[in-house]
Amino acid sequence: MLKPKKMDEIQKRLLMEIAGLHEVPEGAYNIRSNGKAIGRSSTANIDIESKDDGTGLDIRIKPGTKKESVHIPVVLTQSGLSEVVYNDFYVGEDADVVIVAGCGIDNCGTANSQHDGIHRFFVGKGARVKYVEKHYGSGDGTGKRILNPVTEVYMEENSSMEMEMVQIKGVDDTDRMTKAELAAGAALVVRERLMTHGEQRAISAYVVDLNGDGSSADVVSRSVARDDSYQKFDAKLVGSAACSGHTECDSIIMDNGRILAVPGLEANSVDAALVHEAAIGKIAGDQIIKLMTLGLSEAEAEEQIINGFLK
Amino acid sequence: MLELKNISFDVDADGQNKEIVRGVDLVIPDEKLVVVTGPNGGGKSTLARLIMGIEKPTSGRIYLNGEDITDASITERAKKGIGFAFQTPVRFKGLQVLDLIRIAAGKRLSPASACEYLAAVGLCAKDYIDREVNSSLSGGELKRIEIATVLARGSVLSVFDEPEAGIDLWSFQNLIHVFERMREEISGSSILIISHQERILNIADEVIVLKDGRIAEQGDREKILPDLIGTASAVRDCRVLEMPERSGQTC
Repeated sequence: MLKPKKMDEIQKRLLMEIAGLHEVPEGAYNIRSNGKAIGRSSTANIDIESKDDGTGLDIRIKPGTKKESVHIPVVLTQSGLSEVVYNDFYVGEDADVVIVAGCGIDNCGTANSQHDGIHRFFVGKGARVKYVEKHYGSGDGTGKRILNPVTEVYMEENSSMEMEMVQIKGVDDTDRMTKAELAAGAALVVRERLMTHGEQRAISAYVVDLNGDGSSADVVSRSVARDDSYQKFDAKLVGSAACSGHTECDSIIMDNGRILAVPGLEANSVDAALVHEAAIGKIAGDQIIKLMTLGLSEAEAEEQIINGFLK
Repeated sequence: MLELKNISFDVDADGQNKEIVRGVDLVIPDEKLVVVTGPNGGGKSTLARLIMGIEKPTSGRIYLNGEDITDASITERAKKGIGFAFQTPVRFKGLQVLDLIRIAAGKRLSPASACEYLAAVGLCAKDYIDREVNSSLSGGELKRIEIATVLARGSVLSVFDEPEAGIDLWSFQNLIHVFERMREEISGSSILIISHQERILNIADEVIVLKDGRIAEQGDREKILPDLIGTASAVRDCRVLEMPERSGQTC
């Protein structure tokens, strides 16, 4: 049976975790819960509509729209629900907007719950987008909480996009794929923060095509793998013009955690400047000792170091 | 008052037992600034680390205000009022200067209150409070932030391990003023500095010379210092290890 359309306490808590929302947000929004939209609002400049085939949403942002926001959070509290959603964002020329997505799953049952969100962004000339995507899982059932987001970004001339991707807690299995194509002068910044624990598994792959002169990409992942969890970070930059690209994977490994970092740089132009950095290591002993001299216990020191690292 | 009774510390080096500190008896009285000097490799830094609990003595006992703290952990000693500034400050990715000062103070200080500790070490607070404590900071900046964290603890006994190491001349001169001010406000606490800089020895109440892990000399500054001048235990010029950084006082 589906939950009633009014949000219950668990749904409200998930919404708080992934979108920082207590109630319905300001501006345009669509709140999806257990496979159905339970609230939607368009504004004069931002139009949210269901696709004709019912597989997802088309979000159209008018050219020149400034300082507006779109929230499209998804919450799942029904054990065993598996869904695939296609959302397309059309960001008009010279618009400047914040888009907050994210998915929270609370699974108290024995069946797996899964949400696969496929987001495509068509960013018009000169537009600026800040995109925030948070993933969160809770519930003590044996059913897994699975999220497999696919993000595709198509950036026109001189557009910019800043993506903040956060997955700190409770998601058992994640296979994330992010692709971006950048025209001349376009700038992409990605800040990914990831923590896995227990038996969790997380894969995050990027392919960024720098196709235009003056385009740039900066993809930075900071992650912590605890307990018996596994992470794979696979970032590939392809430079086919006079462009600059930087990718960085900085990881803390704890307990029996495992991390695989795969650097990938492909230069097809003599003017492409591409850099990759990767570092994996445990928390430095002297960091813990320093915080202990400030009165923290060893466990408190570790927590502070990780909190700072993932901030 | 801190008291060390017959403290020894051995390490195993290439299968051979090496004595780093040998039977040291030492008292750091209340409201005194004590400087431990002596040649490199004499056991000075080890002594400081033994006091903080970072190393545990092979034998002997340590007392803080009469309480035996020999078996106390680093955390317990910190909570009992011992503060420690590292010779090489630790860097943290992500942790900001404000975070570190708040942890040191043990409370959620307002940024304005935290800034006072930075100002006390000659840093322009607004330029630093949001900075990460990472490799974007110079050695001199890190050193002063390290000292600010010790100030923020309001310790009963503050231990500084070679505060002059790794900083430029300008920072060093500033550092002397910081210690002079701490000396003026020493009421209710005491300070132990590991250093062989003459200018730091000049503000000591007592001087201890540690050589080959043993106390070679100990007493009032007036008595000890004159014989040390010109030796490796009282160096006149600061080593200039990096380019002078910009002044932090022109906010």
